[in-house]
Amino acid sequence: MSTPDTNVGKIVLMVAAILLFAAVVGAILFAATFFRGRRADRLTAYAYLAPTLIMLLVGLVYPGVRTIYESFFNAAGNAFIGLDNYKTIFTDGDQLTVLRNTVFWVVVTPFVATGVGLLYAILVDKARLESFAKALIFLPMAISFVGASIIWKFVYEYRPDQANVKQIGLLNQVLVWLGGTPQQWLVTSPLNTFLLIVVMIWIQAGFAMTVLSAAIKAIPEDIIEAARLDGVGPWGMFRFVTLPAIRPAVVVVLTTIGIGTLKVFDIVRTMTGGQFDTSVIANEFYSQSFRSDNQGLGSALAVLLFLLVIPIVVYNIRQIRRSEAL
Amino acid sequence: MFGHSRSQRLRGALAGTLGVGLVFGIAACGGGSDDSNDDSKTATQSIDCAQFSSYGDLKGKTVSVYTGIVTPEDKAYKDSYKPFEDCTGVKINYEGDKSFETQILVRAKAGNPPDLAIVPQPGLLKQLVATGKAVEAPAEVAANVDKFWGKDWKGYATVNGKFYGAPSGASVKSLVWYSPAEFKEKGYQVPTTLDQLKELTDKMVADGKKPWCAGISSGEATGWPITDWMEDFMLRLYGPETYDKWVNHEIPFNGPESTAALDAVGGYLKNDKYVNGGLGDVKSIATTTFQDAGLPITEGTCSLHHQASFYAANFDPSTKVAEDGDVFAFYMPGKDTSSKPVLGGGEFNVAFADRPEVKAFQTYLSTDTWANIKAKASQGWVSANKGIDPNNLSNPIDRLAATILKDPNTVFRFDGSDQMPAAVGSNAFWKQATSWVTGQDTKTTVDNIEKAWPAK
Repeated sequence: MSTPDTNVGKIVLMVAAILLFAAVVGAILFAATFFRGRRADRLTAYAYLAPTLIMLLVGLVYPGVRTIYESFFNAAGNAFIGLDNYKTIFTDGDQLTVLRNTVFWVVVTPFVATGVGLLYAILVDKARLESFAKALIFLPMAISFVGASIIWKFVYEYRPDQANVKQIGLLNQVLVWLGGTPQQWLVTSPLNTFLLIVVMIWIQAGFAMTVLSAAIKAIPEDIIEAARLDGVGPWGMFRFVTLPAIRPAVVVVLTTIGIGTLKVFDIVRTMTGGQFDTSVIANEFYSQSFRSDNQGLGSALAVLLFLLVIPIVVYNIRQIRRSEAL
Repeated sequence: MFGHSRSQRLRGALAGTLGVGLVFGIAACGGGSDDSNDDSKTATQSIDCAQFSSYGDLKGKTVSVYTGIVTPEDKAYKDSYKPFEDCTGVKINYEGDKSFETQILVRAKAGNPPDLAIVPQPGLLKQLVATGKAVEAPAEVAANVDKFWGKDWKGYATVNGKFYGAPSGASVKSLVWYSPAEFKEKGYQVPTTLDQLKELTDKMVADGKKPWCAGISSGEATGWPITDWMEDFMLRLYGPETYDKWVNHEIPFNGPESTAALDAVGGYLKNDKYVNGGLGDVKSIATTTFQDAGLPITEGTCSLHHQASFYAANFDPSTKVAEDGDVFAFYMPGKDTSSKPVLGGGEFNVAFADRPEVKAFQTYLSTDTWANIKAKASQGWVSANKGIDPNNLSNPIDRLAATILKDPNTVFRFDGSDQMPAAVGSNAFWKQATSWVTGQDTKTTVDNIEKAWPAK
């Protein structure tokens, strides 16, 4: 089947696809109205669920199972090699660097981003120009990861330390103003990984701040009043009133950022391409699968990522449910 | 109550309409493959349709071409297809995609390959053949390739004794860019042996300059220019036979030959006196993009830059690229004047269908007719097709490349990393070369690459 190459052809094909989709869904829903009798409700529900279930099976379950299956095969995918790919991940020097970097990302990003967001939320709470101050830190959220990475690539940009050569990177220019010599920030490991983490924090702090600020505002006024009457100072207020009250929100923010961080790919790929020992699991999985032609190792890395994300997702959902129940 | 629900329903309908409108809007914006078929009548006029008659009646048929060659280079390709389209009535659908190298494999494996792909690496060609979707080239193409190309070129597109496609473009990588004006002013001579290259470099150092500039940054492909350096030295120090063994892993990557070749490169690239003219210290090689790396020549802060013929496109349009201009290139000399090894690259036309119109188009692309039409239509393009007339090449660097390729003394070898398995050629080799230039020693580097070689 060849794809049409004119815009008119594309639109016609798209309209046809949408109509077909609507027709299929319509037919299912129409058929569902014919169920009668005792189990009618249940059958109708199944009929309504069917399209979603089928799509989940085709788009999620099948590729998932297939990836797990392929992770036990060699690079070409034609010989079963058991757990060798997993062994490679945990013994090979390059792969261990990938794991180390992933640990850096997951440990540092959620806590620092949440901490910065929380501190900011408390500082600007009820301050003058609060919404303006919040908008400032929230703005990076509106920028895509790739866009943010390009911005920060310019911040870290290096020009040689020579007479008539001017620095074009912000960080190096500041360094030069302070009397230092310009550095190639993205080359030195493991410093470069932390410099990439800064980008993620820059993006995510706004998200943490917004959610936490809303949680702070939701603390009932009478609790705060009561604490004040008891003579609690600012630190005590934070430690014994604010923090326990917003704990569910903090956990949700931490885990949400944690999940996003585990899957980080765009920032690494845009800024270093995984070079200079900055690769992380998601980036390595892509390189192995599509560049290095090692389907087996790529799949194993994907499975590992999947296994690492699951507990956080479970915890996250439980916390969201609990906070909703409150 | 009624009014409320009606307004709700209205709102729903509105949202739906907006949503659909948005989808349509995006679809209308995306995928603008504009058909620029109306210009370029020039190439067609000089063509005699008689030579296309052997292809038979193919009116109304379509051939899809998928490639990594995008704007602006794609125009010359489309223009060069015009005579074939006009004479046979076949329509060629050209699709350029920057992520061709990963997508072609996905498409082939998914059973949705194009009719024809322009494949830039023999390694990738092997992978495509391994998917079982590539189709053996017709006898006419094989005959043309025997006639117009050297034997080695046919070999690059042959897998397990079967030949899969004619070479398309070619590039010469064994070139060193320099400033003819500077050479004239300072009285430098273009070197003809490796020793002379070293002497010239030392002379420039004595004149108070950092002679070489280099840069290997290229996104996830960072490191590849060093592979070209190393291949050039492998070819020069040990000759083409050892080079072939090295590429095919008949000798280990961490053997004495590899180590010596990489050390020889290190003699230039890891020498603080020699690099990195106008760009910083040795480490700055890692962060300078390959596109920017040769530009210091035009600023006078660097004198020599090792890069392929295609680098001409990176200079400012006002820069005169010619033997008597602002910049030009000389052949990276052999060990002595008697040997003339040339490292290069190129693309191959691999078909995934054997319909008559695809075969006819493949055959057309393997002729000297096409090569000359393409040469006339493009800037910065050469082919190793021996039927090409150098007068059809518009710029001096292309003529230089064509002359080198045609020279009977030339021993051509295809870029080694492009032929190695992907795990090495497009991963470990790049990565380890990058680590090497930022400080890792030669032994660790070659050991790590050897370790990454997939077990057979």
